[in-house]
Amino acid sequence: MSAVHEGRSTPDVATAKARRWGSWYVAEHRLRSMRAYAQTILATSIGNPVVYLFALGVGLATLVPTGVGDATYLQFVAPALLATAAVTVATEEFTYPVLMGFKWNPIFFGMNAAPISGTQIANGLALSVLARILVTCVIYFLFMLAFGAVPSPIGWLAILAATLTGTAIGLAIMAYTCTVEEDKGQMAVIMRFIVTPLFLFSGTFFPLTQLPLYLQWIGWISPLWHGTELGRLLTYGYEEPIWLTVIHVVYPLALAVFGLVAAQRIITRRLDK
Amino acid sequence: MPQPVIRASNLVKKYKDFAAVGGIDFEIAPGESFGFLGPNGAGKSTTMRMIGAVSTRTGGELEILGLDPDKYGPEVRSQLGVVPQQDNLDVDLRVRDNLIVYGRYFGLPTRTIAPRADELLGFAQLSDRAKARVEDLSGGMKRRLTIARALINDPKILLLDEPTTGLDPQARHILWDRLFRLKEQGTTLVLTTHYMDEAEQLCDRLVVVDKGSIMAEGSPADLIRRFSSREVLEVRFGGGRNEEVASQLGGIGDRHEVLPDRILVYSQDGEAELSRIHQLGLKPITSLVRRSSLEDVFLRLTGRSLIE
Repeated sequence: MSAVHEGRSTPDVATAKARRWGSWYVAEHRLRSMRAYAQTILATSIGNPVVYLFALGVGLATLVPTGVGDATYLQFVAPALLATAAVTVATEEFTYPVLMGFKWNPIFFGMNAAPISGTQIANGLALSVLARILVTCVIYFLFMLAFGAVPSPIGWLAILAATLTGTAIGLAIMAYTCTVEEDKGQMAVIMRFIVTPLFLFSGTFFPLTQLPLYLQWIGWISPLWHGTELGRLLTYGYEEPIWLTVIHVVYPLALAVFGLVAAQRIITRRLDK
Repeated sequence: MPQPVIRASNLVKKYKDFAAVGGIDFEIAPGESFGFLGPNGAGKSTTMRMIGAVSTRTGGELEILGLDPDKYGPEVRSQLGVVPQQDNLDVDLRVRDNLIVYGRYFGLPTRTIAPRADELLGFAQLSDRAKARVEDLSGGMKRRLTIARALINDPKILLLDEPTTGLDPQARHILWDRLFRLKEQGTTLVLTTHYMDEAEQLCDRLVVVDKGSIMAEGSPADLIRRFSSREVLEVRFGGGRNEEVASQLGGIGDRHEVLPDRILVYSQDGEAELSRIHQLGLKPITSLVRRSSLEDVFLRLTGRSLIE
């Protein structure tokens, strides 16, 4: 191989850079594309926390004047809403935009015709969505502060917990979306039959223990429950055994890694036609 | 022939039991304009994807610029420009931004890509559309933008998979002009097409492929000489009479072919054959003498049945 490239540095440099930075180039591309709908991103990033924190943290809270445990209802529900916002963004970005990249706006094939690999496409998508989730969570958190929902000084760490939650669910969804050849409403099914039940049964509005035991398993396997509990621990010092806190971190992390590796393999296989 | 930039030997691509490419051999020289001519489903695009280092071959040998594309995919792809059959521009980005983000995939800094992008937009006659949305471009403009994008890394080889399919004649001619300029600059062009005029215009050498195999190889003129005649006389005798008249044409032309609506007489001198037909007392309703074309070669080699 070296003999072939002797005296021709440009392809070597291009290849070396693409091997090293390819994932970032994909992320850069996706972030530029997001500018096309930046206004929607900004409007939802600001509108969602205002609406949800008012409706649930202020409105619904009047029905729960004693709060939950040591926390007010606003403090109890705010970390759950933060994690849910992260999951919503992840679901938006890892469903139709991924399907589009293969089908209606097949940019992944274009990237792959350049020196970019399937693995780098998966990584780049993950990075760009991670950035969008992080921005959404920071804005959400600022509203939580403004509403007085974060008594703990280390509460800002809930931004990372929520980002991890969104990424974990999102990457698993991306792995699945990459297998979809024809759109037969699978994306709507993900939203209605996976994301919505997770939102409702992950201890979002009430402690998971309030549910009958035969429904509590939904929370145990839901990264949203783990992320929410972690958020509560960080924003108002919700107490739980340390081993459970470890699980709240390790489980979504493992799911994220699994989702990313699966997506890398599926994209690589799908591009090699 | 100088050291080839692309060399394939017994190249095979199978999908389960179906051989899309069934063991083909070819070599392409630097600066050459080489075409794969064949009907739909002949294996042209599959071959192009293997050359483009995005499709792993099932068997045989393939070398692009001295490298095995299955082992050195990114190294190979960094030196190619690819114009796929289906445009895959990013419709979420503006025209110029499509070139900028694509240049980044080759590790180029934005300060290098920006002037190159402007230069390529000029080359593709799209300078005034730099800030337009891709969706608002016509089919021909999108094609030209895709070609401009494929040139952003200054490739040694440009792969074009049916570059003008679906374009109107004006757009095709503009595209041919741009491709011809690239050829003059020494870029190796590899293209697939099922337009004979395109192959004759652009290709120094081509292979006719059908059902995953190479049926013939040569320059357009060489193929016409070998598989057709200098001229073709087309005569029409009206519905139902062509078959009957054809039986009386023994000895006229090198060979003839009876189609439902006309008879084709292959000959070195079409006018002389027409005189001989008149001398036999046969009166065609219409007659036409034309130069033999690559289309005659193509139809002879790949047959006239519809492939879908």
